[in-house]
Amino acid sequence: MTCDLHPGSSFLHQLDPRLKIVIVAIWSFLAALIQTLPAASFALAGSLLFALAGRLSPRETLTRLVKVNAFLLVIWFLIPFSFSMPGRTVGSFGFFTVTAEGLQLALLLTLKANAVALGALAFFGTSSVTQLAAAAHRLGASEKITAIFLLMLRYFHVIRQEYVRLRLAMKVRAFRPTFSLHTYRSYANLVGMLMVRSMDRAGRVHAAMLCRGYTGRFWFYDHFSFTRLDLAGVALAILLVAGVLVLNVI
Amino acid sequence: MSSKVLIEVADLNFAYPDRPKVLNNFNLTWRAEERIGLAGPNGVGKSTLLFLIMGLLKAQSGVIEIFGKQRREEKDFQAIRPQMGFVFQDANDQLFCPTVADDLAFGPLNLGLGHDEIHRIVERVLARLGLMGFEHRVTYDLSGGEKKLVAIGSALSLNPRLLILDEPTANLDPVTVARLEGVLAESGLPYLVVSHDHEFLDRVTTRRLEIRPNLS
Ligand SMILES: Nc1ncnc2c1ncn2[C@@H]1O[C@H](COP(=O)(O)OP(=O)(O)OP(=O)(O)O)[C@@H](O)[C@H]1O
Ligand SMILES: [Mg+2]
Repeated sequence: MTCDLHPGSSFLHQLDPRLKIVIVAIWSFLAALIQTLPAASFALAGSLLFALAGRLSPRETLTRLVKVNAFLLVIWFLIPFSFSMPGRTVGSFGFFTVTAEGLQLALLLTLKANAVALGALAFFGTSSVTQLAAAAHRLGASEKITAIFLLMLRYFHVIRQEYVRLRLAMKVRAFRPTFSLHTYRSYANLVGMLMVRSMDRAGRVHAAMLCRGYTGRFWFYDHFSFTRLDLAGVALAILLVAGVLVLNVI
Repeated sequence: MSSKVLIEVADLNFAYPDRPKVLNNFNLTWRAEERIGLAGPNGVGKSTLLFLIMGLLKAQSGVIEIFGKQRREEKDFQAIRPQMGFVFQDANDQLFCPTVADDLAFGPLNLGLGHDEIHRIVERVLARLGLMGFEHRVTYDLSGGEKKLVAIGSALSLNPRLLILDEPTANLDPVTVARLEGVLAESGLPYLVVSHDHEFLDRVTTRRLEIRPNLS
């Protein structure tokens, strides 16, 4: 797990992270409202434009989108068959009938979901987590939540490493999981040990923070400024949002 | 006339709850120009002593005087902790921010410094450690030696009056140890360093302090 999904210095990388959060929020909200196929296609095209502007790596982006679409597979299995309104029948498999309306709805949902996912990837993948956390804080997210988010990111990895190390330590001592009480007890010990260590570490991390002048307030090392580039970003976003709205009405 | 005393510890007694005493009437006088090496067998209480000095643990009895004033409560210690750069035994405990720059900035941010000044401090500390270009590296992807250097940097970025290091050379190769020695020498600060490496202590310290197991 890395923090900067796509390091670089593209147009999107240079946008103010606060603006990015706002744009993604509006863009996602808008996508949720879309009712027509042309508007949904346009939104997806817009997200693709964002992805290009952020110079996302095609391979990684596709891998992530595949995961999103795996969820959508369920929709394709259910909706075309289960449309209850009287619709035009496209075909039937035995007891089940497929309606045109059902297919359309499934396609609409797929386009919308991909537009949201790709848009979020383009904006959030081009800022560091710290920047986003600091920006969210500036936008009013509470200090505690933001700090928890950052610390979680940092220590998720440490605890995972600890888990892997403990698993290896078990392995080199000839541990092989079976359906036995010994196996369950060993796993319970493993989980217990992980929790105790995490507690312990939390104590030491807190001590380390105290040593560096922490008094209960979490400060963020970032300063944002709204530049001309951000204005261009706003203009682009407004243009695309308007496009979606117009297409959604016609 | 004797020079200024940085830290004076007198008749310190400490035991963890329901455990035998770790420190028994412990005494220490640390003068301004001294670079002290602290040695002693595993489990004798070296890390515990450092935690007591930093005010992270509370002694059952005894006096701790730092920078000429007795320190008793959390509030007393809060005021002076940033002036004592403390480097933990495990760098993973110390580096808790996502990136190196965030971590080096954490102390200065707590001190309320401005963005530009913090930026300068981060750059200067990285240069001092020979870690230029590491600003945006993710802390958990660093090697053990790099982590240790950044941990020392996170103490240096506070611009402290002294350094306290708990086994800084553990797991470091000779080249990184040499780098560490350079950083310590260049800092020009008095320091107290715990180590089991006697040759290292001979090279970097002016006085050796041995803690003996408490046999009482
Ligand atoms: N949180 C704790 N609770 C109870 N006992 C502890 C705790 N931490 C340390 N001890 C015990 O206190 C004693 C001193 O521990 P300390 O960590 O200070 O030793 P050390 O000299 O730093 O050893 P090392 O060289 O191994 O780092 C040990 O016997 C240890 O078992
Ligand atoms: Mg120790």
